[in-house]
Amino acid sequence: MKKLFVVIAAGFISAASLKAQDKYFTKSGRISFVSKAPLENIDGNHKSATCVLDTKTGNLQFAVLMKGFEFEKALMQEHFNENYVESHKYPKAEFKGQVVNNSDINYSKDGTYPVKVKGTLTMHGETREVETTGNVIVKSGKLQAGAEFTILLSDYKIEIPKVVKDNVSNTVKITIDCSLEPLKG
Amino acid sequence: MINKIKLKAMKKSSFLLTVIMMCSLAKVYAQDDLLKLVGDDKPKREYVDYAFKSSRVIMSQSLETIRPGVMDLRILHRFGNINGGAYELFGLDHATMRIGFDFGVTKNLMIGVGRSTNQKEFDGFFKYRIIHQAKNGGLPFSLLISAGSSLNSLKFTDTTRKNYFSSRMAYYGQVIIGSKLSEGFTIQFMPTVVHRNLVATTEDPNDMLAVGVGGRLRLSRRISLNADYYYRINPNKFDGTVNPLSVGFDIETGGHVFQLHFTNAVGMNEKVFLTQTTNQWSKGDIQFGFNISRSFQIKKRK
Repeated sequence: MKKLFVVIAAGFISAASLKAQDKYFTKSGRISFVSKAPLENIDGNHKSATCVLDTKTGNLQFAVLMKGFEFEKALMQEHFNENYVESHKYPKAEFKGQVVNNSDINYSKDGTYPVKVKGTLTMHGETREVETTGNVIVKSGKLQAGAEFTILLSDYKIEIPKVVKDNVSNTVKITIDCSLEPLKG
Repeated sequence: MINKIKLKAMKKSSFLLTVIMMCSLAKVYAQDDLLKLVGDDKPKREYVDYAFKSSRVIMSQSLETIRPGVMDLRILHRFGNINGGAYELFGLDHATMRIGFDFGVTKNLMIGVGRSTNQKEFDGFFKYRIIHQAKNGGLPFSLLISAGSSLNSLKFTDTTRKNYFSSRMAYYGQVIIGSKLSEGFTIQFMPTVVHRNLVATTEDPNDMLAVGVGGRLRLSRRISLNADYYYRINPNKFDGTVNPLSVGFDIETGGHVFQLHFTNAVGMNEKVFLTQTTNQWSKGDIQFGFNISRSFQIKKRK
């Protein structure tokens, strides 16, 4: 019986250590977006996005608290939260997807690998498919992930009132820049 | 005996099987929600902001402050009495105004200055937040203090007696305590003291105490219904002054907040609306007024 426990314990430990090599994460990912309109450009920056990547399966997930976006003008931040994304009702945006070409990436070898990512983005209570290409840089056991993609605010039922249609663009470019570390235990 | 051993072995193997199943289940689950692995769902302490659309309920200071690096240009108008009828275009022929500049100094401190046409009065104030309402481990209310002074710059009417500069001055001090109870509803209370260096008669208290109540009901993303009222505890009962009440809407259009309201208070600083409001709602002596607030980011963030 004791032996059995040892075996199981050993199994757990090895499973745990396997996990550590499989999964990478960050809680300080940078996500920014830009809206370019005739009268003004608005950009929001987030410095504490959560991202987890399972290199074994290629599963990739992001989460951001909408309230964490910071803007050049305080009023932009207020309007972003209060009038557009309604962060009190929809506090989070989440991406759940996959690295489509996961098998092409050798996570144990330093280098730059082009990636194709596909999944769903949930924001403002709406879920839409998104697809983009980006890069993963493997360097001394850490990953640097970067990508860019464009969304339409109307897809996520974020309305732009007519009076500010020259201030806020319906097309928003999102940039992702995360450095991922191995997830321990 | 042999049977017993077999049974034991079976028990062991079934236990193992359960463990394996549990492990694999856990694994499936983990893949389904990788974010849970890093404790992303833990609720964090979070300040409750945007209790009001502007730093004033209508006439009174609100729970909100101007954000650091922002200047708020406020232009306030009060027209004449609506019951002046069509001849006075329902009061629009007469207007008094106050123009003011408010500045956000730090996250919790704002200051402001203004000049009113009524009594050619200058005023200045500060507002400081001591407690900031927060969710997940914070206090469920905010507490702010505000104090200010006003300087009446009218020429002295009685030049036969000795007039002191200090006679022009009045002060107020206020505690603002309130809570954004929900996204739609905010309420606040404002115990207030107004000190006037010079009062008209011995019946007039130099120190007047009042308790205010203010609130807002959010009607849509960009429109809210606001009201504020002060009950004066020790007014001069014989000078015909009454408690001030204002009711109106905040309408937000991009960079501006418009406050359209009806009020019986002519004054646009604490001393005037608390000690010199003579119009009565019950007699229809109300005025239309509007405030325009325009924010300018004067200092870059970050």
